[in-house]
Amino acid sequence: MAGAVAQGDVFVRVAARRRRSSLTRSRIRSAWLFIAPSLIILALIAGWPLARTIWFSFTDANLNNLSDYEFIGFENYLANYDGEWLGLLTDPDWWQSVWNTVWFTLVSVSIETVLGIIVALILNATFPGRGLMRAIILIPWAIPTIVSAKMWNWMLHDQFGVINDMLLRAGLIAAPMTWTANADTALWAAVAVDVWKHTSFMALLILAALQMLPQDIYEAAKVDGVSPTRVFFRITLPLIKPALLVAVIFRSLDALRVFDLIYVLTSNSRDTASMSIYARQQLVDFQEVGLGSAASTLIFLIIALIVVITLAAGRVRLGEDPR
Amino acid sequence: MPRLIASLGFAAGILASTSAWAVEISISCSALGKEYEICKQGVDAWAKKTGNTAKIVSTPNSATERLALYQQLLAAGASDIDVFQIDVVWTGILADHLMDLTAKGQADIDDHLPAMVETSRVNGRLMAMPWFADAGLLYYRQDLLDKYKRPVPQTWADLTETARMIQDGERKDGRGDFWGYVWQGRAYEGLTTNALEWVASFGGGTIIDDKGDVTIENPKAAEALKAAAGWVGTVTPEGVLNYTEEESRGVFQSGNAAFMRNWPYAWALAQGADSTIKGKVGIAPLPKGGADGRNAGTLGGQLLAVSKYSKNADAATDLVLYLTGQQEQKRRAVEGSFNPTIVSLYSDADIAKANPFIGDLVDVFTNAVARPATATGQNYNKVSTEFFNAVHQVLSKRAEPAQALSRLDRDLKRIKRDGWK
Repeated sequence: MAGAVAQGDVFVRVAARRRRSSLTRSRIRSAWLFIAPSLIILALIAGWPLARTIWFSFTDANLNNLSDYEFIGFENYLANYDGEWLGLLTDPDWWQSVWNTVWFTLVSVSIETVLGIIVALILNATFPGRGLMRAIILIPWAIPTIVSAKMWNWMLHDQFGVINDMLLRAGLIAAPMTWTANADTALWAAVAVDVWKHTSFMALLILAALQMLPQDIYEAAKVDGVSPTRVFFRITLPLIKPALLVAVIFRSLDALRVFDLIYVLTSNSRDTASMSIYARQQLVDFQEVGLGSAASTLIFLIIALIVVITLAAGRVRLGEDPR
Repeated sequence: MPRLIASLGFAAGILASTSAWAVEISISCSALGKEYEICKQGVDAWAKKTGNTAKIVSTPNSATERLALYQQLLAAGASDIDVFQIDVVWTGILADHLMDLTAKGQADIDDHLPAMVETSRVNGRLMAMPWFADAGLLYYRQDLLDKYKRPVPQTWADLTETARMIQDGERKDGRGDFWGYVWQGRAYEGLTTNALEWVASFGGGTIIDDKGDVTIENPKAAEALKAAAGWVGTVTPEGVLNYTEEESRGVFQSGNAAFMRNWPYAWALAQGADSTIKGKVGIAPLPKGGADGRNAGTLGGQLLAVSKYSKNADAATDLVLYLTGQQEQKRRAVEGSFNPTIVSLYSDADIAKANPFIGDLVDVFTNAVARPATATGQNYNKVSTEFFNAVHQVLSKRAEPAQALSRLDRDLKRIKRDGWK
């Protein structure tokens, strides 16, 4: 069907539309039949919890007694009590956690992208032991986050940590740094651990894109004597851009939901809490299912918004490409 | 799934029991290290004595995770667990789901430490029985005090001075990583217990008083926080702002600190065979705020409560009374160093033989300060979170004490808006 429409011929299109009544219709029907199981499963495991969370965000549900709650409209988000504005949208802690998360995502994903490209370019070159190298760089990514976070927590420890020991011996710092205790360095510590863990994931996705590139362009560039930097920015980067964009979106989605890493490093501290930590604290520690659901709903909306913006930005730039 | 397994186990228990009235009771007790074994011995002894069966349900080691699990089970009205081991600050949070033990516990309750009994009551009703007690203690290095000819500090000012003196001296001897005083400063419940000790010892109250009024904004509390903030970076490593109990014990037990604030559990470990400071440690009540202050260790410890949804409430209550009774508390004190809540046991010869310092502890427990969990009920976690976050800001020099306390006062009153519930 798609082929027929793409031809753009009016007569064919009319004919196609007429034919829809018989063969196409039954095809569409069987198509629906085939995707129905996955749609039902998606609705059950993703749609229903999401809908329920959004519903709870408009109620005053409490974990202490989940069967007894009332609809309170937007009060969890914003409400005016005796002239005082209350609710999630007025909570400085919430906005602090949003800012922490966005900052964490921007910084960590940027660093991971740059390092990922470099690592991928190295691994794309031919050298002895390449297969082994490719396997080795995946190790950080294979370790569960909770384990690596705990591991780094000890490595960053101010008294016994190996990081301070190395920096002291190298003479880079005069006294042990308190990486995770100091609000100024705690988020940087989280970024460092995240970069350590996820650069290999980025590199892997970019490497896959690099391997798909046609070699003849590079040969032509070589013959024309184009400098390697120019080759990278004019040929390699534009060609891997779609794959890069997918990788960046994947990582951003992950980073925006960050929980375990920051929770292990600094627990519920407000200076470093991410949006997910805020939501968990409301839901579990404070038993405020309503407010926690409101926070979760906002997280969902914020992430959706950022993905749409990233996709749109990527598409605009793709459109500029002379094809 | 655990519910299903528990129900199956319950059904199997009924089928297997020979006598019609013998029942199976499920109890959740902490499974941290030795705790599981000691708990199991006690539960088995009760089962043998009464002909019932009892099984221990494993729960998460982390206290916050355990509370979350309890809340989910109880909110669903599940009867899988009959007896819950709960923290002293959870009574108010869980009270709606617990059975009133006033009638059955009345006979024995007066034998227990009054502070522990207070944490077991909600609105005058006894919702749990005290099982073992904990309180913040000061650990000191006797050998270092002797070396520098200093007494055990009586006030925080004494402690600061002695800590600085020892720290300077030890560092001069080439121990660059030696510190004066370590405690728990991470933004978590442990910081609430530490900070409450400072505030209470200076006479600054307990954040919220018994009537439920917010009292934290006062000059004495500000003075206490100022003193504590002064330690950070001078006699206390800055890293303490991310320390829990185990991190501070790590510094102290490796011989790198003169003083430590910790719970009684650290005693056995500090005196263990592999400890570098074995035989050089002493414990004392935490110092007073000043000449007119008081010794205040924050009260910790665990209680046993019966679920309102238990199908065998009578047997479950019987188990609770057995486990919290004199005989079992004595056994636990001798075999597991759990501090009894029954006052008379503190002068027991057998316990004194096993734990030489037990006699000193009775004063600490009697004077212990309770966190405002009873007054704040369901809102305790919110109050505690606001408090430790405000304190953390002061300690990390991101806020002045007075300013932080005034903001805390406003936030606590906002939480209290509709009463404490």
